[in-house]
Parts: sequence; structure tokens; C-alpha cells
Amino acid sequence: MSVIKKNAPGSNELLMGNEAIARGALEAGVQFAAAYPGNPSSEIIGTLSQVAKDMGIYVEWSVNEKVALEAAASASFSGLRALSAMKQNGVNVASDFIFNLNLSGVGSGGLVLVAADDPAALSSTNEEDSRFISKVGDLPLLEPATFQEAKDMTKWAFDLSEAINSLVIVRSVSRISHARGNVILGELPQEKKTARYDTSKIFIPVAAPLRHLALHLKLAKVREMYESSPFNWYVGPEKPELLMITSGSGWFYSLEAVKTLQLKDQVGILKIGTTWPLPSKLLAKHMANTKRLLFVEEVDPFLENNVKELAAEWSPEIGSWTFYGKSSGHVHPFGEINPDLIINALAKVMSKPYSPREAGYGGKALEMTKSLVPNRDLGFCPGCPHRATFWAIKGALKLDGRGGFVAGDIGCYSLGLGPAGFFQLKTMHAMGSGTGLATGFGQLHKFGFNQPVLSVCGDSTFFHAAIPALINGVYNQSDFVMVVLDNSATAMTGFQPHAGTGETATGSPAPVVDIEKLCKALGVRVETCDPFDLQDTTEKILDLINDEGGVRVLISRRQCALVKAKEEKAPYKVHVDEEKCLGESCGCARLCTRVFKCPGLIWNKEKGKSQVDEAICNGCGVCADICPSSAIIRKEN
Amino acid sequence: MTLSKEPLNLIITGVGGQGNVLASQLIGRALVKDNFYVTIGETYGASQRGGAVMSHLRISRESQYSPLIPEGQADIIVALEPVEALRVIGQYGNPSVSAVVNSRPIYPTAVTVGDAEYPSLEKIKKTISELARKTWFVDATEIALSYGSPIFTNIIMVGALAGTNLLPLNRKKFEETIKESFPSTHVADNLKAFERGLEMTQGC
Repeated sequence: MSVIKKNAPGSNELLMGNEAIARGALEAGVQFAAAYPGNPSSEIIGTLSQVAKDMGIYVEWSVNEKVALEAAASASFSGLRALSAMKQNGVNVASDFIFNLNLSGVGSGGLVLVAADDPAALSSTNEEDSRFISKVGDLPLLEPATFQEAKDMTKWAFDLSEAINSLVIVRSVSRISHARGNVILGELPQEKKTARYDTSKIFIPVAAPLRHLALHLKLAKVREMYESSPFNWYVGPEKPELLMITSGSGWFYSLEAVKTLQLKDQVGILKIGTTWPLPSKLLAKHMANTKRLLFVEEVDPFLENNVKELAAEWSPEIGSWTFYGKSSGHVHPFGEINPDLIINALAKVMSKPYSPREAGYGGKALEMTKSLVPNRDLGFCPGCPHRATFWAIKGALKLDGRGGFVAGDIGCYSLGLGPAGFFQLKTMHAMGSGTGLATGFGQLHKFGFNQPVLSVCGDSTFFHAAIPALINGVYNQSDFVMVVLDNSATAMTGFQPHAGTGETATGSPAPVVDIEKLCKALGVRVETCDPFDLQDTTEKILDLINDEGGVRVLISRRQCALVKAKEEKAPYKVHVDEEKCLGESCGCARLCTRVFKCPGLIWNKEKGKSQVDEAICNGCGVCADICPSSAIIRKEN
Repeated sequence: MTLSKEPLNLIITGVGGQGNVLASQLIGRALVKDNFYVTIGETYGASQRGGAVMSHLRISRESQYSPLIPEGQADIIVALEPVEALRVIGQYGNPSVSAVVNSRPIYPTAVTVGDAEYPSLEKIKKTISELARKTWFVDATEIALSYGSPIFTNIIMVGALAGTNLLPLNRKKFEETIKESFPSTHVADNLKAFERGLEMTQGC
């Protein structure tokens, strides 16, 4: 049985941060949850979707984050508790709605937005601290520091939202959302609310300045509640030589730094879970006991700058301080923070020397291993259809010879930027930006531009944000080819279903939004291909490139190899015929292992022949088509 | 059972797709059953596509730790791929670290292309043995292939770790967790793989 729906209060479980957030929402009695997948947030709604039917709640994968939050808000307006979850980029997508919803307020059902940031862009294209949305939008912010808090804060966020009729933001980061730790479960409520829209109510931002003022009054109320919140705590001596002020992932790192450097009698840690609006009295109380402050947080100096603002108002009555943190250079204002970074920052501030391991060993270990360890480039999975599509694009653009290029987008196929996709992508920004950029490139012929332009986007990205760009291209008669890489999955984030897969988030059948018909309805030329038919795909791309004027669409359709491998047996058994493989003397420059580079193909140095690694190959058989000596043999399974 | 060190730091490393996450979860769940505090930090996202991946497990009787192990502080390294053991021991090793290593390489594309060298297994073994207190090499992929699929590699390696007695967990606790973690149709195969892994290191 899934731990998430286990009604066993007091039970000690190992939960992923995202599971803890989902559990917190269930313990709060959430009845509606909507999101677009994006790491590190994906498993929040993913987890809820798995228990939705049993728990009698509604869960959907929405087409994008703005629509997700709007859908969730409608449930709040109708009296139900509702949740939306998104990564930092999603917050940007939803921001237009957020900055109206803050003024309109929410309904009688609490509404919580979980913003999961990805410091160091571990699974993102950008790096961003989404906490700014709270300050700019006057929205209460909570930041869990532990797995237990991820659950407890999410649960309480619904109470807070209902207490002040406002959207509440819970901000997580990768090292909480995607890490696992102990969580003591609470009770699951059995009661379900009936949804009804009270037509005497209106939800509008109109009379914005007055509502803006009212919002500030709400925040003042929140600040009072935050002053005594159990999500803020202090550990350390009464009058610390240094006070570390931390939030989120910084709490464990700070604790470890103090322990490691044996500074618990000199250094205190004030952990703030309620980071906007800041509990100013609580801060003043602790700051009055010290003269030196070190801020530990991820990514921007949000806490640091907001505390400095308060300190400027307090000085000199309450005290004056030396500030250490991001602006002093002790903690860098970009990328992830980690225990080493914080131990070193604390060691520097407290002038206490630190070396992580025995003298001699560290240098030796690095030296002995460094020269031996090859880099491991990211690449497409064995049998991935994207490799084949990029191979065909590369071939077609080379045959065309006019310097054509590809505007890229967000998904697994972003790897097309690098060697895995033969360096075919030249731009990559937000969801749908590839096609948006292509509509502009496709207008430049008036200024002497004569290069063919392609955009690529995945099927899920197509629905999320590429449709407006495509329509822009059609309306303004831009000249480009849009290639939809339709692998029937939101593959990068964990294979969630979407509008084109025929399945809902909870596994029920759904109508399939047909990309081909939708494009045809726009009156553009649409072709489809199977990327594993390399010759046909290359020819179609070339033909579409040459069919100049207006937008043309190619749908390169082949199911994600990982999804396919889960559903069915490999179609082929592939091996290299050593007699036929001519190795370096072939003249093909080792097309299979040096150029095509599927990880299932390896080079046997001793024999000077290519070889199939049977632990990795998943039997797609495409490589058999690229070998000029027909040495790669595929046999039907 | 008691911990040999507080906190005990374990790194499971390998290549995206080898099943790091499942292995770390199994071990983590088994430990939580015995009321240990466990924190696991994983590599998610783009690195899962053929990149080097790590799971950090921090095990404590006293408190929850961060999901990241500081430099030089690993107590145990389990490597699903040999060169990844080298990568991790270089950054996280110390004179008392133990290593359990699968001997089957997964060649990075840079090696297949010819831009980089993959060290000989002999050299890898020698280097790790010199840097670690104790090392076990297991032919986990070969065993998994003999069972019909490379997907058993991670469970065999979990078994191999169990056989070393480096963790404060008995065999029964692992088996219980395996039974709870797989669909009933897959339990027998995974238990078999676990036990075979365990035999490879037990008493060695």
C-alpha cells in the first residue's frame, strides 16, 4: 500500500520531500490539485495522482502552469482546498495570474502554491530564486528546512490561506523536494466538502490600489502570526559571538558546520521558516544578542537583504552589525550551497582552520583518480528517437548547404545542443521559445537573411507554449519549418501523460488532442515521419526546407524508448558481424561509434571492431541502417 | 543495532539508468524500519540521461542530516560502475572508507569515440585498494545478465553491501523491505538476486 495514503498517525516513514508535501496537502484535506510537470516539483502532483481515485480527490496534469493555478483557484473559489505545484520557470509562466490573484484574494477553500526552485540548475535550463514573487506580490511565504516541515508547513499553509483569504507560497528547493528523510505521519481527514460557487461573491482585482492597501493589512496580520510560529527556532548560546540566520536547505548545512567546527558554545543558529513577511520582533530579539551575522540561504540574498532592510530601521537603537553572507563573498550568490561551502564560510568568519580529511590523503586521492576518470557526457538513451531525428536534420541541413540551423526548446531534446544531438540546436530558452524565435528568424529575408530555419519542440512543449508561437508564424506568414518531436510522453520529467497521450493524470482514458489535425486546421503543410526511417525523414526535412514561404510542420513521431521498453519487448536483437565490420580501415570514420554515438555501441580496441553492449542496447535497430558495410545485424525478437 | 560511526555516510554511485535511486531507497527504507534517521540526496534530472549519478545516504541514531555528504567524509562507497567508484573516492574518500564495486564498465561516449581512455580494470582495482580500507569487487552485471536482464545489477549490489556487514542491518530486514517494495510478481527474482549478491561478499 502506498505510504502516502496510510492513515497511521505517528508512523515514521522515509519520504521524498515532494511526497511529504503531497502528504501535507492530504492531511490538510486538499480536494483539487493541478500542475504541469517540471523538476524538482514533478513528484508532488505525481504522488497525489496515484492516490487520487482512492482518496476521492481530483488531480490533473494541466497544459501549463498558469492554467494549472487557474484551475486550482476555481476550486478555492468554490470552497475546496486546492494545491498547485511548479518549478521556478512555472512560477514565471503563472505570474500574470498570480499578480491578479493576490488582489482578488482566494475563496473559502485555502489555495497553496508550491514553488520548487532548482539551485545550480540540476534539472533546469535556468537558475532562479522564485521567492521574489512573495515580496513583489505581497504573498505569505513559507520555507521548509526538513522533510517533516515539508509536510507540516504545507498542511498549515492551507489554514493560513483561509485565515487571510490569500494565496500562500511554500518554497522548496531540489535538496528538499528531491531528497528523502524521516517524516512522522499525521492524521488524514475523512470529511469531504461540497463545491459551490457563491454568486454573491466576485473575485476581481478591480480598484487595484485599494485592494493593494488591503493586501498590506493582510500581510501585517501574517507578520504577527509569524512572530510565534513553530517554524522558526533558535539553537545556541544566549549571547552568541556570531548568529547564523538561515532558511530552507541552509538549516542542515549550518547545523553541520557548527558541529564540525565545534563552535556550539560560540555560534547560534536562527532558523526562519516564515521568510515573508519576516517576523521582525523575533529577529530583533535575537539580533540584539550579537554583533555579527552570517546568512545561509539558497540562491539569492533574499533573507539577507530583507533583514538588512530591517536592521537599517533599527540601527542604532537595537544594535549595529557586521554582515557576512552573499554580499561579503562568504557564501556565493549563485549555484547550490552545500555543507563544505558553509563549513568553509563559518571557518573563515570565525578564523578557525578546517581541512576536510587527513593531511596527505586528499591530495593523493584526487591526484591518483583524476587522470584515470573520463568525463561522462550526457546523451540520449539507447534507442532514443531524438538521436535519429537530429541525425536526419543534420544530414538534411548539410545537403541543403545554405547554413540552415535549428532553434531549440525545453525537453530531453535540449541535449541536441551537445554531441548527443550532433550540435544541431543553436538557441534554447523558455518553453515554446524555439518556435517563437523561428517566427522572427522567418521574417528576416527582407534584410538579406537566406538561411533555412527550423524549430524543434516536443509534444508536451507543443501544448504548453508552442501553439501561440505557431499561430503567430501562420498569421504573420513567417518562413520556417517546425519539427514536432512527438515521443508521446513528457519524458524529461518522468513520463507524465499529457493532452496528446489519451490518458489523464489518474490513469483514466482521455480524448487525444491530435497535433497533426490541429496543425492542419491552421492551413499549413503538415508531414509526418518515423525518425527510425532515416532516409524518409531526411528527405522530408529537405523537401519541407525547400518548400519556401509560410510555416511548414513535420511531426517526427516515435514513442520514447524508455516508455516503450516498459511496455513491450525490444523489437530486435542487434549484434556486429565481426567479419563485415572493417573498423578503422572502412573509410566510414567509425560512423556508428564516433558519430552516431548510441551508448549501446562500443568500440573494442583489441579487435579494432565495433561491438554491441548487451547490457545497454535496447534493440531499436536503427544503427543497422547507418552502417555502410551492413555489419550491424538486427534480428527480429 | 548500533552504528560504527555517527553519522554513517554511504554513497551509491553509477551511471544514469542503472537503478541508483531504487537501491538507495531500499537501503533507506530498511534503516527507517529500525528507527534510524536517514537522509538521502539523489542526482535527478538531466544527469539521469547517461551521466554520472550519486545517492548520498546519511544514517544517524541522533538526528537528521543534510542530504549532501561533505568532501572526504564517505564511510562506504557502493559503485554500480567501476570508474564511478574512482570518481567518488577521489572526492569523498578517506583512509577508513570501504568500497563495494561492480566490475562491469559502462563506457562514456568520450571513450567510445576515442577522445578519452578508460582505465584497465586492474588499474582501477589497484587504485581503489590503495585508497580504501577494504574493497570488494563483484561481477554484478554478469550475474544479472545470467538471470536474463541487467536490471538486477542494483539489487545484486545491495545484496553485496548487505554481505559486508558494514550497515547495521541484518539480512532479514533487507528481505522484508524487498518484499514490500516490489510488485508480488517480481519479489522472488529480486530476492534471488539479493541473495546471490550477498553470497559474493559474505565472509570475504
